[in-house]
Amino acid sequence: MSAGRTGLGPVFRDMKRFLYELSESWKIAASQMRSNLTRSTLTALGVIIGIVAVTLMGTAIGGIQVGFDKSMSIFGDDVLYVGQWPWKKVDDWWNYRDRKKIKTEYADALNHMIAMTPNSNLMIAIPTSSVIRSVKYADSEVGNVLVRGTVSDYIITSTFDFKEGRFFNDLESRGGANVCVVGYDVADALFPSASPIDKSVLINGQPFKIVGVIARQGSFLGLFSLDSIVVMPLPAFQKYFTAKSEADILVKVKDKTKLAEAKDELAGLMRRVRGLPPEKKDDFSINEQQALKSTLDPIKNSIAVAGLFITGLSLFVGAIGIMNITFVSVKERTKEIGTRKALGARRRTILLQFLIESTALCLLGGIIGLGFAFAMCFLIGIAFPSFPIQFSTGLVVISMMVSVMTGLISGFAPAWTASRLDPVTALRYE
Amino acid sequence: MSQNSTRPVGPLVIDIENITKDYVMGKETVHALRGVSLQIHKNEYIAVMGPSGSGKSTLMNMLGCLDTPTSGRYEFSGKNVAEMNDDELAAIRNREIGFVFQTFNLLPRSTSLRNVELPLIYAGIDPDAREEMAIHVLHEVGLGDRMNHKPNELSGGQRQRVAVARALVNKPSIILADEPTGNLDSKTGEEIMTLFEDLYQRGNTIILVTHERDIAAHARRTVHLRDGLIETDHAGFIPELDLVALDRP
Ligand SMILES: Nc1ncnc2c1ncn2[C@@H]1O[C@H](COP(=O)(O)OP(=O)(O)OP(=O)(O)O)[C@@H](O)[C@H]1O
Ligand SMILES: [Mg+2]
Repeated sequence: MSAGRTGLGPVFRDMKRFLYELSESWKIAASQMRSNLTRSTLTALGVIIGIVAVTLMGTAIGGIQVGFDKSMSIFGDDVLYVGQWPWKKVDDWWNYRDRKKIKTEYADALNHMIAMTPNSNLMIAIPTSSVIRSVKYADSEVGNVLVRGTVSDYIITSTFDFKEGRFFNDLESRGGANVCVVGYDVADALFPSASPIDKSVLINGQPFKIVGVIARQGSFLGLFSLDSIVVMPLPAFQKYFTAKSEADILVKVKDKTKLAEAKDELAGLMRRVRGLPPEKKDDFSINEQQALKSTLDPIKNSIAVAGLFITGLSLFVGAIGIMNITFVSVKERTKEIGTRKALGARRRTILLQFLIESTALCLLGGIIGLGFAFAMCFLIGIAFPSFPIQFSTGLVVISMMVSVMTGLISGFAPAWTASRLDPVTALRYE
Repeated sequence: MSQNSTRPVGPLVIDIENITKDYVMGKETVHALRGVSLQIHKNEYIAVMGPSGSGKSTLMNMLGCLDTPTSGRYEFSGKNVAEMNDDELAAIRNREIGFVFQTFNLLPRSTSLRNVELPLIYAGIDPDAREEMAIHVLHEVGLGDRMNHKPNELSGGQRQRVAVARALVNKPSIILADEPTGNLDSKTGEEIMTLFEDLYQRGNTIILVTHERDIAAHARRTVHLRDGLIETDHAGFIPELDLVALDRP
């Protein structure tokens, strides 16, 4: 009888009916919210708070991630670092403590060998050596500045830009001229108004002429500033700061997709430099950005998980509120459910209806919550520009999805109960 | 009252045989129906009477596929109802049966039109066709000017008309009304009964439960229940017999 009415296949008719039931359910949910405005608002408030908490935590985690990536990028993904210590936690630290120091001279030896190797994966080796000193100009002084000696080719391995001036040249580098390049913080502290170029600062009582200022780089993981630095030619550095030639060696690779091969090659060269017989283990470490990342990633991730878990609890409380209100709604409308069943509503229809009611509430809460979170991010961004916050479209999508999931999960038990109600019992309910 | 002509009956719609229904309440078992057999044909008009607790509503729920019997056979248009699952029962209720309740059971926040459309939504009918069909039956029950009223803006009689329109809209094989005039005054009740007579004359099958002999007098066949059994089942309405049935201890 009714098949003849539409003349369509039963599957298609089922689909159409499902769509009609769906749109009907949304209408019911909307009218339900409107007629129980106070109740709906209070219940949605739980979800709003939950979504605000989770979203803000999400932006903070996003901010940490961006800061982390930015900090990591200063190491460059095509540079290998030869040092005494590996960039990871070691249990047998005493084995590393007694290793021979890495010397600045190794750089020349490595460069020589690289030049001799056909098709080498390595481009150039750069020696660097560092101490912490204070830097003075006239009456001003900045402490805890990283003073680094290196060669002019250092610029090849670095990722920084110049605010003004230049890096020292090859001639200055070899001759050990008393010139230097200063970081943003140093320039800012000592020369708040004037340009520092061609001014001489005093380090260990020695004057160094400033030839360049590095653009602001920020901080490393928020721990220490990357702008509190002075870079000078290595001979000058060794002359005034340390007679020992302890160093880190930076080696730039030709092709960063062949980092592993490059690392093996460098290890071989270092063994030759050190004159290690085959049976001896390496007495140096070759580090790279990726290794550091994989050391720090778990820490970062557990911060993220802990943060999301704690804020997730507030969302959970909101979800319980939704579940509770949906149970109340089912109870109140038992007779209506019975009537609908008598008129031909199937279990699925009733299930859908209450699931959509809870989901609509959560989605509403989610949208309002997201609005609040967005506003708060905006305000925090204005008040504390350095605070790591990252609001992304991905986050909007995710929090909407979380809202919908919350609605579905918290609405499921009541909706299931409603769908299973015996029609006669439901109709008798007063 | 003016009894109109009795119409010739059509094919068999409902065929129940030896139906029982038990309700287990803790240790006690209530035998609401103890073995009822009934055959109902298309375009019959039946009144079910009997004292309170005799099982009238239980029988109606059974006929309307809202409930399943404890034992016995039930065939609806030749299909075995006992073997149907929930969704199939829902489909039967949707397409084959129109319910009218004593308490109207309209959705309070929906207009007459939306209330009447409800069974059509569950039948998967397009919105346009839905509205057209609903408007048509609302005109039929004389509520063409009350389509956008909500239940609380209607009188009791008008509400029951909306409920009748809702029962009719999907062109069911049978209309089941459990005390449809129970909540109405006698004048309004008579109006509803005129409506039923009209529906009957247009070929509908009607089963109604009532306590009132005046109401039952409209039907063409009367079934008396007592203690879960059919006591009498006869054509027409015999007031004396009904009195005897009610007065028996
Ligand atoms: N869900 C139930 N649980 C337990 N007992 C029930 C249930 N439904 C009905 N009964 C019992 O079954 C018997 C028949 O009930 P039913 O509602 O069919 O009577 P009725 O003839 O419709 O009475 P009334 O005229 O008062 O409406 C009664 O004794 C009632 O108490
Ligand atoms: Mg009853």
